[in-house]
Formats: sequence, structure tokens, C-alpha cells
Amino acid sequence: MRQSNTYIIVFSAVLTIILGGLISLASVGLKPMQDMQVALDTQKKILGAVMDLQPTDDIPAIYNERVETLVVNASGEEVQEVDGEPVIAEKVNIASQYDKAPEDRLYPVYKYKGEDGEVSSYVLPVYGSGLWDDIWGYVALESDLETIRGVVFDHAGETPGLGARITTVEVQERFAGKKIYDDIGELVAVRMMKGETGDPSAYNANQVDGMSGATITAVGVNDMLSNYLTYYQPYLERAAKANDVEKPDSEEQYTDV
Amino acid sequence: MSTEVADKPVKEKEKSEALLSKRRRRFVSDPLNDDNPITVQVLGICSALAVTTQLSPTLIMAVSVVFVIVFSNLIISLIRNLVPGRVRIIVQLAVIATLVTLVDQVLKAYFYDAWKVLSVFVGLIITNCIVMGRLEAFAMGNKPYDSVLDGLGSGFGYAWVILAVAFFRELLGSASIFGFKVFEAIGIENFPTNGLMVSPVGAFMILGIIIWVQRSLTGYVER
Repeated sequence: MRQSNTYIIVFSAVLTIILGGLISLASVGLKPMQDMQVALDTQKKILGAVMDLQPTDDIPAIYNERVETLVVNASGEEVQEVDGEPVIAEKVNIASQYDKAPEDRLYPVYKYKGEDGEVSSYVLPVYGSGLWDDIWGYVALESDLETIRGVVFDHAGETPGLGARITTVEVQERFAGKKIYDDIGELVAVRMMKGETGDPSAYNANQVDGMSGATITAVGVNDMLSNYLTYYQPYLERAAKANDVEKPDSEEQYTDV
Repeated sequence: MSTEVADKPVKEKEKSEALLSKRRRRFVSDPLNDDNPITVQVLGICSALAVTTQLSPTLIMAVSVVFVIVFSNLIISLIRNLVPGRVRIIVQLAVIATLVTLVDQVLKAYFYDAWKVLSVFVGLIITNCIVMGRLEAFAMGNKPYDSVLDGLGSGFGYAWVILAVAFFRELLGSASIFGFKVFEAIGIENFPTNGLMVSPVGAFMILGIIIWVQRSLTGYVER
């Protein structure tokens, strides 16, 4: 075999250029398709928080017909443009917004309209940290701005079979119907409890069953939900006022818990 | 590591060997059973445990591994006389890593849902001992066509085992096959699914049973 240092260096350099070129070619060539897939996935998630999607559904068509978007800031005011550029909710990168201070972030809101054209659900993106890496998702609120209609979660690197269960329907459907305000009208979001009883009746309107073996991921989900719902609270209150939804501020409304 | 190849020096004196001569057929057939990379050499266990909860990602993983193993075998075999001995492992790794990155990019572009599930494990094909083992033990010393056959053999040997494991895990753990609810379809509404099968422990058990059955059939004994 050839053993001279020059040969080895030249060989390695040539190999690196060829292999590196191949990879960059593939990366550039496949980029548009990948971006399309990511966009489609986002639409699927937003709709998935509100409705059961069938594999045959034409996601972009439903999305364009049913979803109306806006972007708000931390005080709940609608943001039309930043630095002269119009802001589009779908283009707001939640991950990079997450690196900013909460009051500087942009918060997209996706309004889902029902058959009658009325807004039937508000879908809010959420973002946070799990055990190993970031977690994120979408929370859909009913038009009363208080009841959770559905959630979708996703993760970058939670443990398969444990923390990664947040992506399963079984875990996500536990959140449906839960309230984000407690009985004295405080925003408390929804907490996953420690331990897994498998018995939904063991929990009140602000609690859901935990995931055994994935307590830290569950804590991450709790923090993510309570943080982001707090950030969205100014907007939610404005929207509730605009919709004339009665706020859960009197105790007599909530005597059942 | 397989020793089977080391003691089989390839001496191709005859001018034209049949495309599928007996010797070449063995390259493909041996790894399927007698010299299976998972059950006999006990390599590539990590991905066999991790990806096999459902059949469809397993199928994609199997195809990816076959692709990577065949083409890295081919490429290494083509350049085997140019590769400097002192950096050969790095060269093998670079070739594998390139192919794996290509697979990952293609999956992201065309099979996004599967990519989300598999991305981590597809990346781990780089460290899959089966692939590197074949490059080092076979492709470095054999002609391209033989290397491709060897890659196909090892790839399919890996594929059938993980598909078998995934079949039982999805059937018993999720009561479905490729996502199709078989038990509901034949009228058993509340089939008791086994949560153990969904966890990696289930894969260990299935794999153990497959190895047991196979070794009692072939009479293979670990030495």
C-alpha cells in the first residue's frame, strides 16, 4: 500500500472534495422539497390540534380555507410589520423567537373557522425545553378562550418510548376539554402530574395524567404550557373582550371542582 | 467480526465466472441464515431494538441500510487499491457518512413523517458495525461485483430480522400490521395489546426467540 504522507494528504483532500460536493449538491437540490414538507407539516400540526385529520385529506386546501392568521406581541397587540416588512404568521420562526426575551417575541395566532365562517378555535404555538432537547407544539383553545380543544406536541430528542410519548395521540388527547383557568380565574394552564394512573377521573380540570418514566419531559411540557399561555394572556383577554366571552372571574361559576 | 471472509481468499483464475456462480450465490445466501449479521454475528442490535416498534419505519430503515451497505461496499471496492492503508478506516467512515447523509436528505424531502421518526437512527447507520464490518472484511479485498453481492446479502440478512421483529412487535404491541388494525378487521374488538412489546425490552425478547429458533435449526454453537 502507498504509505507516503503526501499521497495520504492528497488522497484525503480529493476524497473530501468529492464527498463534500456530493452532499452539498444533494442538500441544495433537495432544499425546496424539504421546505415544502416542513410547511406542510406545520399546517398538519395546526389543523391536527383542532380536528382529526385523515391521511387522504388535502391539508393545504383545508388550511387555506379554514385558517386565518395574525401575529401579536407580548402585550397582545396585533403586529402588522417589523422593520417595514410585513409579518406573516407562518413565516415566524418560533424556535428563533424563543431565543429572544419573552417581551420582544412575536406570537403567531391561528384562528380556525368552523363551517359557518365564525372563529371556532384559536391555535397557539408553544415552545420549551424537554429533557434532552427542545419541545414544541400547538394548543387549540375553544372559542371560549378557556377550554383546550386539542394539543399537538413534537420534540427533537426525547427518549423513544418515554418522553417521546408526547407525540402520541394517547397522551395528547388527555388535554382535550381541560381548562387553562382555575376556579378563581387565575391562569394556571394544565399540568401533567407525576405518576401515571391511567384514570382520567383522578384529576381536576387543570390536571392531566403524567407519563411514567418521563417526569422531566412532563415538567418541560408543564413549563412550556404555562409560560406560553401567560405570554398569550394579554391577547386572550383582548380577544375574549372582543368576542364578549364572559371571563371566569367569579367564584360561583366554578363550584364543581 | 466475521472470520468467514478472511479464510476465503478470492482467487479468480478462471476468465469468466458465471454472474451467479455457486460461490457468488453464497455471498448473498450466507448472511441470510448461517452468517446472519444480527442473529449470528450479533451486530447492529441497537437499531434493531430502537426502530422496530412499527413496520413502516422499519421497512424504510431496512431499505436505507441495504442502500448504504451496497453502495459503500461498491465504492470502497472500486477504490480499494487507491486507499492508503493507514487511513483506510477514516476513508470507509467518510464514504458511509456521505451515503447516510444522502439517505437522510432524501428521506427528509420525500418521506418527511418517516424522517421525523427515523432521523436519529438513520444517522446512526454510520456507526452500524455491520456496514463497517463488511467494508473492512470484504470490500477492501474483493472485486466490485462480488462486493455488491456481499452487501446485498448482509443488507437483506439485517432487513429480514428487523422486519420479523417489527412484525411481532407491531402485531402484539399495537394490534396492527403496517398501521392496519388486523384484529379489529377480523372481529376481535378489544385485543389486549402488550405494552412490553412497544418498549425496547420487547425487541430483546423477540430477538432472543428468533436467535434461539434459528440456532436450534442450524445447530450453530458459539465458540
